[in-house]
Amino acid sequence: MNRVRRRAVGGRLPVVLVLPALVGLAFLLVPLAGLLVRTPWGAVPGQLVRAEVGQALRLSLVCASLATVICLLLGVPLAWLLARSDLPGRGVLRALVTVPLVLPPVVGGVALLFVLGRRGLVGQYLDAWFGISLPFTTAGVVLAEAFVAMPFLVVSVEGALRAADPRYEEAAATLGASRWLIFRRVTLPTIAPGVVAGTVLCWARALGEFGATITFAGNFPGRTTTMPLAVYLALETDPDAAVVLSVVLLLVSVAVLVGLRDRWIGGAP
Amino acid sequence: MSRTRVLAAVLVATLFPAACGSAGTAPAASAVTVFAAASLTGTFTELGEDFEAANPGTRVVLNFGGSSALAQQIDRGAPADVFAAAAPVNMQQVVDGVGTAGTPTTFARNRLQIAVPRGNPGGITGLADFGNADATIALCAEQVPCGAAAEKVFEAAGVTPRADTLEQDVKAVLTKVRLGEVDAGLVYRTDVAAADAEVEGVEFPQADQAVNDYPVAVLADAPNAAGARAFVDHVLSGRGRAVLADAGFTAP
Amino acid sequence: MTLRAHLRVTRDRFDLDLDLTIGRGEVVALLGPNGAGKTTTLRTLAGLLPLTDGHVRVGDRVWDEQPGTFLPAARRPIGVVFQDHLLFAHLSALDNVAFGLRARGTRRAEARTAARGWLERVGLLDLAHVKPRALSGGQAQRVALARALATGPQLLLLDEPLAALDAGTRLQVRAELGRHLREFDGHTLIVTHDPLDAMVLADRLVILERGRVVQRGTPADVARHPRTGYVADLVGLNLYRGTARGSTVDLDTGGTLTVVEPAAGPVHVAFPPTAVSLHPAPPGGSPRNTWRVTVTGVEQHARTTRVRLDGAPPVLADITTATLAELRLGPGDPLWAAVKATEIRTYPA
Repeated sequence: MNRVRRRAVGGRLPVVLVLPALVGLAFLLVPLAGLLVRTPWGAVPGQLVRAEVGQALRLSLVCASLATVICLLLGVPLAWLLARSDLPGRGVLRALVTVPLVLPPVVGGVALLFVLGRRGLVGQYLDAWFGISLPFTTAGVVLAEAFVAMPFLVVSVEGALRAADPRYEEAAATLGASRWLIFRRVTLPTIAPGVVAGTVLCWARALGEFGATITFAGNFPGRTTTMPLAVYLALETDPDAAVVLSVVLLLVSVAVLVGLRDRWIGGAP
Repeated sequence: MSRTRVLAAVLVATLFPAACGSAGTAPAASAVTVFAAASLTGTFTELGEDFEAANPGTRVVLNFGGSSALAQQIDRGAPADVFAAAAPVNMQQVVDGVGTAGTPTTFARNRLQIAVPRGNPGGITGLADFGNADATIALCAEQVPCGAAAEKVFEAAGVTPRADTLEQDVKAVLTKVRLGEVDAGLVYRTDVAAADAEVEGVEFPQADQAVNDYPVAVLADAPNAAGARAFVDHVLSGRGRAVLADAGFTAP
Repeated sequence: MTLRAHLRVTRDRFDLDLDLTIGRGEVVALLGPNGAGKTTTLRTLAGLLPLTDGHVRVGDRVWDEQPGTFLPAARRPIGVVFQDHLLFAHLSALDNVAFGLRARGTRRAEARTAARGWLERVGLLDLAHVKPRALSGGQAQRVALARALATGPQLLLLDEPLAALDAGTRLQVRAELGRHLREFDGHTLIVTHDPLDAMVLADRLVILERGRVVQRGTPADVARHPRTGYVADLVGLNLYRGTARGSTVDLDTGGTLTVVEPAAGPVHVAFPPTAVSLHPAPPGGSPRNTWRVTVTGVEQHARTTRVRLDGAPPVLADITTATLAELRLGPGDPLWAAVKATEIRTYPA
């Protein structure tokens, strides 16, 4: 029904919107096209079978996915807190949550070192009491990616929560549902599209993460060298290889996102 | 200007920034644009100020970055007068690319040094400690010049390093040492000299195996060739050498 | 067991002060213009809004007693039918109805069996697995009612239950709703701004204006003796129960009316007082409904004069000041009342 209505508004598309839209599209796609045009496609299969590439790609996918899981577990409740509680200073909190968005990732990595590094505020106790040292480990990569990617999830889930009609939650309450049950059975299904969108953004951001990762987790093949790090280092000596690696990362991420979209969103608009 | 033409202009500007750079913001004749390796940041800033003081009306525009990235930018038409690289291989890229006016001159040398956090908590005394699994070690990745140099000295010492991280550049190694995240890193003498409040240097004999030459050249199509020549002379002067020596460089 | 409440809610520019009693099996309608405090009243009874002062008690159980006691919505034995139904879009009709039972700890299979029973009672069993967006307005309303009743509430709250429906559906749903409410043995409060809904569905009316009760009583009482101009306008409706035989309706109060819409069986018929004309002698011409009446009272309102008349049936008539002067009405005067058949609405009862 909605679709019919939307189409009915149609008529001629206004030039004021279409022109900038096309410019925007070109702005996003032309560099991509440049990358694809300059890709030495003959070298792609060779790069794909290289052990280091496979290793970096696998590590990237695993770390980005783990980081996304962490973001979901912590970010959805955080978004709920920001959208639904009457916490004092909520506006300030909301602004602070988005700090990793504006912070240069390298600085984010340094900040993580200050806190979780071997001599960091928290890290020194982790090291002394439990013998846990996060820098230069795969866990460090996951943390760095989660730090940078979480705001994307929080912002989009919070937006969905604020747009959702709270009266449905009230209706559930009058039916005897506890707040946790309401969250699980009413709120979460209602904001599912926002959560999926946030998850996709979050995963994509984590997959492409470079600065915070290399600063906090360092770079060691098989342990912390993700694709973006491999791309950056390849750029130093072999720009062609860097292009090929980027294209591989690009293709894999597009394939994953398209696959998820079909399975989770079921082709919904 | 019509709306379409504004949009077209924006499109051109966003898609072809290099074109705009060379056309719109080319430095005035009184400016000397110097592309220099990141490890020269301190010294060249000082030399630039000297040069401006000695040549009133002349401005030195400094662009620091990784030598290979700078070489690529120059070869793709970045409007530079002088290129000072951290390795001859990067200079060769430019010689083979847009070309230089005359042969590049080596103006300084740098060598590796072990950097340890102040107080040397890991008790690092030489390259042999880099093979110890208990020590946390940061090195440069083999793809970047300091990593290649490190490979040479380890080979000479007969040590297989057990690094925990292979950083993207020497500054990143230094940061890890500064923060105490690693027990030791292999960096340049100049890096230790610049961070001597938080970092201690440990000399080792094999450093002679990987001395790094810094070449400088005036570019073939320098917009301000005369200014460029004068700046290079300033770097090669006694004053230039003194500044470089203070920063930990050795004379060629 | 009776619901007794004294509701006080004070907000910056709004003040509600309402005494409310609802007996078991009784249906009370809360009528009033927008902003009168109807929804606020419903929300306090539902436990979605705490009182500023006062209390809500059902039998000897305290639901709200300020300061101190407040039973939140989830712990009150209530059922609420919301204005836009508020069915959960991601759940089937069946799961919507089963939701309350599941939330209160009933096992899934048991809850679904009970929900199926309720869908059957509202006649929607064949739509059990349909998602709400595929339901029509009337169907959604019935699912919402089944959902509210499925948990066996003591108090049923309906917020403008028919407002979201189009005129055609409304008649049928109203009749059905009346049937379900008569079967329900708990307390019912209907919030509405539609006097017809209130008069057809409720045993008693409470009329609220600016947070205060302006009148309460049975629908007939209130219609017959409106205490303010607002109430007179609001419930100034001649409403009768009767039995239809085609286009003739025999009224329970005595008398017969001819209507345009043919029907059969029990019906409500209604027409506004403005549709009634009064004549000193039997009028000739088109009005087919004419009967003998005597004046029992005359009330002056803002724009019109309302005349209460006895007869078969008794009737209210609004006349202009000019007519009033012409007829020189006084109590006990005999007159003829006339209503055009086209002015009379018929609703299934």
